[in-house]
Amino acid sequence: MNLKRLTLTQKRSLLGILFIMPWLLGFVFLFATPLLQSIHFSFSDMKIAPGGGYTLDFIGWANFKNALSVDPNFNRILTQSLSEMAWNVPMILFFSLFTATLLNTRFVGRPFARAIFFLPVILASGAIAAAQTSGLIQLTGSSEIAKELGQQQNGFDPLTLAFTLSDAGLPMWFIEYIISAVERIYEIIKSSGVQILIFLAALQSVPVSMYEVAKMEGATAYETFWKITFPMVSPLILTNIIYTIIDSFTNSQVTTAIYNTAFQAQNFGLSAAMSWIYTAVISVVLIIVGILVSRKVFYYN
Amino acid sequence: MKLPDLQNEAVVIQMQKARSKTASLLWLLFRYILIIGISFTILYPILQQLSVAFKDKTDIYNPTIYMIPVHFTMENVRYAMAVLNYWPLLKNTLIFAASTTLLQAASCSLAGYGFARFHFPGKNILFTLVVLTILIPSSTLMVPMYIHFRSFDLFGVIHLATGKEGINMLNTYGPSLITAALANGLKSGLFIYIFRQFFRSMPGEIEEAALIDGAGGIRTFFTIMLPNAVPPLITVILFAFVWQYNDIFYASLFNSSSDLMSIKVSSLPADANQYLPGIMGLAGGENVKVDPNQVSLIVDTGILLAISPLIVMYLFVQRFFVESVERSGVVG
Repeated sequence: MNLKRLTLTQKRSLLGILFIMPWLLGFVFLFATPLLQSIHFSFSDMKIAPGGGYTLDFIGWANFKNALSVDPNFNRILTQSLSEMAWNVPMILFFSLFTATLLNTRFVGRPFARAIFFLPVILASGAIAAAQTSGLIQLTGSSEIAKELGQQQNGFDPLTLAFTLSDAGLPMWFIEYIISAVERIYEIIKSSGVQILIFLAALQSVPVSMYEVAKMEGATAYETFWKITFPMVSPLILTNIIYTIIDSFTNSQVTTAIYNTAFQAQNFGLSAAMSWIYTAVISVVLIIVGILVSRKVFYYN
Repeated sequence: MKLPDLQNEAVVIQMQKARSKTASLLWLLFRYILIIGISFTILYPILQQLSVAFKDKTDIYNPTIYMIPVHFTMENVRYAMAVLNYWPLLKNTLIFAASTTLLQAASCSLAGYGFARFHFPGKNILFTLVVLTILIPSSTLMVPMYIHFRSFDLFGVIHLATGKEGINMLNTYGPSLITAALANGLKSGLFIYIFRQFFRSMPGEIEEAALIDGAGGIRTFFTIMLPNAVPPLITVILFAFVWQYNDIFYASLFNSSSDLMSIKVSSLPADANQYLPGIMGLAGGENVKVDPNQVSLIVDTGILLAISPLIVMYLFVQRFFVESVERSGVVG
């Protein structure tokens, strides 16, 4: 009896390994091997032979030194994209949580509003988004009339808002932050589609009974949000922060720089070193964010 | 003395009622303004492109036109299609994206099921590695992958058999298909995660019943688990398709000269400038240029043509899509 059960468990675990086999093969040959190779490349001077092979000369930390102190742009691009990330993540988070709460309430035309709000998930990624921006710039950039039309479209004047806010006594950095958010609202909306989806799913999983109790006890909508909704979705805030950070890789300037170093300058070692510096920086950011945020997160279960 | 007090109270209650009514009415109004505003911001570029697509070139210099052109024309669409070589390009891209999507959904659902339902040594470590594949930027793997597929040779078999360096798979669909089939393609880690979360939430009794009725593990998966996993399947298929369709990173790495929509669209402004004079039949050699504003009309039309398959698809599946994301247990 005991022996038979053991073989069943063993069978099950073998079956499990069979199920993950495609992934495991892929992981070993298409992830782990390239990852190790990439470390190897980053310490080498690499030359590609026209036939298909390549040669490696070990040169120690020279590539890393090159990336950080010789390359004219890399430091600047790296800090710039990091500060952009730090600037964007709170905005995207705030906007997506706000929009998700908005979409979670009942109102006439909600399916329609939802359909529109998730359109950026489909459209705002990769090539098409990039071409879209360049296309629109072209259209408004070249002739006088088009320029005037462009100015008309940009009818909103941020100065009025700035004055109102500074009259209200808000600190200057905060005003700047708000204004940059308003000016780049399209960009923010574009990059928060998936985050809205995640928050919306989280909001729907909050038990209704909690809201009922709060209502009976006489809590206002504001209190309900901060005492119930916010703690209940807080685990997903961490998920969304991480998603937003990862998502920023895809159209980051650093990725472009790494790509160009490899395939235009043909300096594969330097490119590998750059990508490892980038990976290291991102991991540090992710670890810090993870530790900081997970302290504040409330887990219901 | 008591009567006025009561009256007062009634007045106060009425006032409170009126106030809360106005407050909720104002909040409703505010909400609608916000929703309409954000929707407009999202739709505006598409509306603008639509307006541009059917605008005749004589309307470019008419400053009184806002959005709705005076002279409608299909000329831009025709030229954009000619520059993009639209229908063959679309067919290629759809075949490419659909095949990688199916492979990816298959391999990721298998892996997700394996991680959710089986116990084997090292499972947790392996799943941590799945998460790691999500977190590592793809640029880190770029150069080794490029070299790997430039002379593709699994286990050195080809080298042994023929003595050559391996097959050059660049500019074929090979690299993308292989990475998708082995669950290491574009954002595969995320899809494995979604499937795992979903399968974990399914009751274990289903499998036990299947086992008792004599179905093996593989049969249970294909006849019972997979048909019940429609929500995550829709989510994954839609995301995988859209991301593959839009992807420029892997496409330019592996397929830089293939006929793929993302590649063609990103080189569209340059292509339009180069090929338009020829397509329009303007004689006069290399110095003849088309009016740059007309070029940008055509470029915008081309972008609209590129995204329109996605929009059409989205129109059909969006309702399904939002619901399935909510049910697929992305939340965990």
